[in-house]
Amino acid sequence: MQLDSWILTLITFLPTVGAVLILLVPSGRLGAMRGLALAFSTATFVLSLWIPWRFNMVTADMQFVQQLPWIPTIGVSYYVGLDGISLWLVLLTTLLSAISVLASWGPITERVKEYMVFMLLLETGMLGVFLALDFFLFYVFWEVMLVPMYFLIGVWGGARKLYAAIKFFLFTLFGSVLMLLGILAIYSYHHAQTGEYTFNIFRMVEPGLPPNLQWWVWLSFFIAFAIKVPMFPFHTWLPDAHVEAPTAGSVILAGVLLKMGTYGFLRFSLPMLPDASREFVWLIVVLSVIAIIYGAMVSMVQPDMKKLIAYSSVSHMGFVTLGIFALNAQGIQGSILQMVNHGLSTGALFLIVGLIYDRRHTRMIADLGGLSSVMPVYATCFAIIMLSSMGLPGLNGFVGEILILLGAFRVDWRWAAAGAIGIVLGAAYLLWLYQRTMFGPITHPENRTLTDLDGRELATLVPIIVLCFWIGLYPMPFLNAMAPSVNKVLQKVNAKTLRAEAPAPVLLPALPAARPAEEGKPAR
Amino acid sequence: MSATFNPADVWLLLPELTVAGCATAVLILDFCLGERVRTALGWFSVLGLLAAGVLAAGQVGQRTAGFSGMLLVDPFAVYFKVIFLVATLLIILMAMPYLKVEQVGVGEFYAITLYATAAMMLMGGAGNLLSLYVALETMSVSIYVLCGYLKRDQKSNEAALKYLLMGAFSSGVILYGMVMLYGLTGTLDLREVGTALKGLPLTNPALVLGMVMLTAGFGFKIAMVPFHMYIPDVYEGAPTPVTAYIAVASEAAGFAAMLRVFLLAMPVLQVNWTMLFWVLAALTMTVGNVVAVAQTNIKRMLAYSGIAHVGYTLIGLVAGTETGISAMLLYVLAYYFMTAGAFAVVVYLCSGQVKGDRIEDFSGLAQAHPAAAFAMLIFLLSLTGIPPTVGFVGKFYLFSAAIEKGFVWLAVIAVVNSVISLFYYMRVVMVMYMRESPSRLPVNRSVALTVALALAVLGTLVIGVYPEPFLEAARASIRGVLG
Repeated sequence: MQLDSWILTLITFLPTVGAVLILLVPSGRLGAMRGLALAFSTATFVLSLWIPWRFNMVTADMQFVQQLPWIPTIGVSYYVGLDGISLWLVLLTTLLSAISVLASWGPITERVKEYMVFMLLLETGMLGVFLALDFFLFYVFWEVMLVPMYFLIGVWGGARKLYAAIKFFLFTLFGSVLMLLGILAIYSYHHAQTGEYTFNIFRMVEPGLPPNLQWWVWLSFFIAFAIKVPMFPFHTWLPDAHVEAPTAGSVILAGVLLKMGTYGFLRFSLPMLPDASREFVWLIVVLSVIAIIYGAMVSMVQPDMKKLIAYSSVSHMGFVTLGIFALNAQGIQGSILQMVNHGLSTGALFLIVGLIYDRRHTRMIADLGGLSSVMPVYATCFAIIMLSSMGLPGLNGFVGEILILLGAFRVDWRWAAAGAIGIVLGAAYLLWLYQRTMFGPITHPENRTLTDLDGRELATLVPIIVLCFWIGLYPMPFLNAMAPSVNKVLQKVNAKTLRAEAPAPVLLPALPAARPAEEGKPAR
Repeated sequence: MSATFNPADVWLLLPELTVAGCATAVLILDFCLGERVRTALGWFSVLGLLAAGVLAAGQVGQRTAGFSGMLLVDPFAVYFKVIFLVATLLIILMAMPYLKVEQVGVGEFYAITLYATAAMMLMGGAGNLLSLYVALETMSVSIYVLCGYLKRDQKSNEAALKYLLMGAFSSGVILYGMVMLYGLTGTLDLREVGTALKGLPLTNPALVLGMVMLTAGFGFKIAMVPFHMYIPDVYEGAPTPVTAYIAVASEAAGFAAMLRVFLLAMPVLQVNWTMLFWVLAALTMTVGNVVAVAQTNIKRMLAYSGIAHVGYTLIGLVAGTETGISAMLLYVLAYYFMTAGAFAVVVYLCSGQVKGDRIEDFSGLAQAHPAAAFAMLIFLLSLTGIPPTVGFVGKFYLFSAAIEKGFVWLAVIAVVNSVISLFYYMRVVMVMYMRESPSRLPVNRSVALTVALALAVLGTLVIGVYPEPFLEAARASIRGVLG
């Protein structure tokens, strides 16, 4: 069908069209700007639903491909496509973008036009990153995306917004430019070998790169992706950026931007640089384990809710990197699913914090307490999402984490043990957070008069909660769609290894879906 | 070499003659016209430039020489001619409102600028050390005058004097270098020098001395570290359009002349100057960027950033390949759009009360004048090298040339420098977008400036998104110059 080859381009640039239209709205007409932004981001989401509808679950090839010459002199083409690895990330992006726009309706009252324009441009950048199959194109989107995020933090952020914004920009750009050199190294090696200039990510690594080149390129990619994930010790920009960003900025940052690092490992490092990837497993595993435990422990002591959730991201993303570099089907499938899960649950947690911040203008745990009696609906949503982030069976977090731990266990039981400690710590800081904010007596009189969620606010949370249950209870459609692509990556990365395990199309047997969702209130 | 004069060669000079003729006409009209009509001289100059542009475009694809090899008309020359013409066009559009605010005479300004442009066009097409030098001096003398154009402004006078002293000194050094080459080879023709040098041992002291002197002399002209000391003062003191002119056109002319000399006359020494320029490029970009971080005046900041960009551009010369040199050419074009644009915004802020050259003067620009702030944002992103702007394409191409030739560490230094540059460019963005304006900003609104800004934004974005034709043009320009 004709739409199939255009759908990716359409969803990528539809938000840009929206941004241009918003620019034309006369200033002062806030309703029109907000409405347009929501209309375009929702339309993008609805259009993106076409993709899973038409997605071929059996093939590992790129689907919905579109390739057009762009700068033929240096071998650059506009080449987009999607497979099981990027499928759910793309949908996550379109969903979270629409939710973020909706979530910004109330809180953002100043410079609305610029805000909405930047949100939509950011969406274009993010989708482009997940869809580009030409390294030049990928890099363009990867960097373009930094600019709107810089503005979202810098203009609409909190007290230390300027510091946080430039720190975010500097860190990420530093990683990106080193990656650029890595890309150029592959590019010129390929040219020297074959006489062809190309940035096509499949063609440029044929007929394979020598190990020492792979080694250097891998390191350059590693720095870029590790900063983005962020892995320990590159994570220091994250608490600042998350805490200072406006709510929607944090949602996008945690929900989508962090996934780009792990996506980068999966899409580029593993299949393009297989030898180096295998060689550096130890590095990633060590850093992941540190991130899992360190992130959780630092979360535990945060007095600021937003900072707590920010550090919990470090811990959760540690699981994702651990799963990827387990280099087996369970680990990688779990990682991809966990990327989606983390996007949903951490995104929602930031929304939760934003909702209370809009009412109380504080994020300090000590200023809250006992809110469940005045805001029961809010407390219920918070509970479900907190439990999903914790990894309670029946909710989405559990499926991803168990798969990752299984994958890790197959390689080395100690990795899985370290991960399990992280899960326990995660439960501790999340439950403790919930207990201190929602239960107990109301210690601050201001909190007595808080209003519960209104329809718009509820509308931002409900889709996420529904998905949390869906993935938690019946993850098979999600896992089945990614299986062929994951196996293809595994074939590539394990191609030369001696301890290659059969890249079996292993899928977790259907999970016990018997755990009904009765966890409206936690057990404390 | 027979030195016969062929009258038909004059036709080859048509674009240059048009510009010079236009300059002379401006001078004469300036006397004849009344006070009120005189402002139209700017538009007249623009017309002259456009006409010259059409004539230069007619030379595309030609490959001839005239005046006994003194003047070359090849794609390289035409590429630079077009750059100079478009650059001057922007400068004149920028100067129109500026001169009005500063209340100084207009006729001489346009005339001298046009003369300088004609000289630059000759530099790009020089095939002989002598014609190259004469063109270089004509350009330099014109620019000394332009620097001191604000007669009553002390800083402008200081700039002119500094530039004159340093410029005269560097011209002298270049001349010494040329003398060495002439003494060794007995010819002034660039290609013949190149052929004659092939027999000489590379360690010949006169040859090495000649190369070093030419490097130093051109180093002054293009603002390469350690010959950059005068640049910040000159940039700050000179009238803003002239600063832009020095930054984009005169530097580009310096690069054109330098490439001609190094590639045509001294290809045998490539091993030597590759090493030399490796060090100089790394030094130039690092010093430029690091010092730029500390600036509070935007013209000084752009001066140091300009130095840094010279460092990036030199990467192409270090690589010395077809990719490398064409990347230089593309980068000269890229640098021209983004820097001229940034200076145009400075002119926009320059009204009677505010000089508009401190970074604080940009406070709250995004609220008061969103279009100007957006234009500045585009230029600054491009200067940093963020896609989808021309600055990114230029840097990308330069770095790929370096990596292709194995100069990985130079590329690493360059990208680290890009990150440093982000810091000070974004400071301007931060001031524009994230600070409140202290009061209502008065600005210098005019049609000419709007056209200039629009052209610069378009150039920055269009080449950034679709660089193919420009890349092709840059590659075509160097065939025949290289090797």
